[in-house]
Amino acid sequence: MAGEKICVVVVSGTRERLQMAAMVASVAAVSGIEVTIFLSMNAVPYFIKGASTDAPSEGNFGDLVVKKKAPDFKTLFRQAVELGDAKILPCSMALDIAGIETDTLEPYLGEPTGLASFLDAARDAQIWTF
Amino acid sequence: MAEKKIIDGRGSFCPGPLMELIGVLKMSQIGDELEVLSNDKGSAKDIPEWVRKVGHEYVSTREEAGVWHITVRKAK
Repeated sequence: MAGEKICVVVVSGTRERLQMAAMVASVAAVSGIEVTIFLSMNAVPYFIKGASTDAPSEGNFGDLVVKKKAPDFKTLFRQAVELGDAKILPCSMALDIAGIETDTLEPYLGEPTGLASFLDAARDAQIWTF
Repeated sequence: MAEKKIIDGRGSFCPGPLMELIGVLKMSQIGDELEVLSNDKGSAKDIPEWVRKVGHEYVSTREEAGVWHITVRKAK
């Protein structure tokens, strides 16, 4: 297990993908795997402090996730950081395009990161894309 | 002295009960026994798997009226 690394790339803003990404990231992080989460595109706005987590569903399952009270995706991402030392890196390009200031983001997020740095972190890691 | 703690994860789904267990494990002492209550079948399978993987001690699982009682001991 030592040295195992995964990178979770999250670009979707839909409930099912955010949920699955958060599940993979949190369980991996608490299982001794080094986890780096790269947030870009439609996933970013959910990580503005106080933003709604009411993500649209792609299908019936997204609604079931809410109805059955599965753990909220944002809670799982936060737990990945707090319990498993995962890093969540917002994409600097996405922040620039959307005009989002770093200090408006959740405090458990890391520094805005560009692709060159992310690709460096992703070297020798499994990549999971959502 | 080792303590026994109950973690009520009923009503939550995978990986909710596991994350609740980990939160309590972090604040526990070596030797403490933690019993997770869950009505999520996936967690009943997944928690023992996680415990073995990370090196804590898996004690037992029993099902009672649709609720799984998964007991683990903090080993490190």
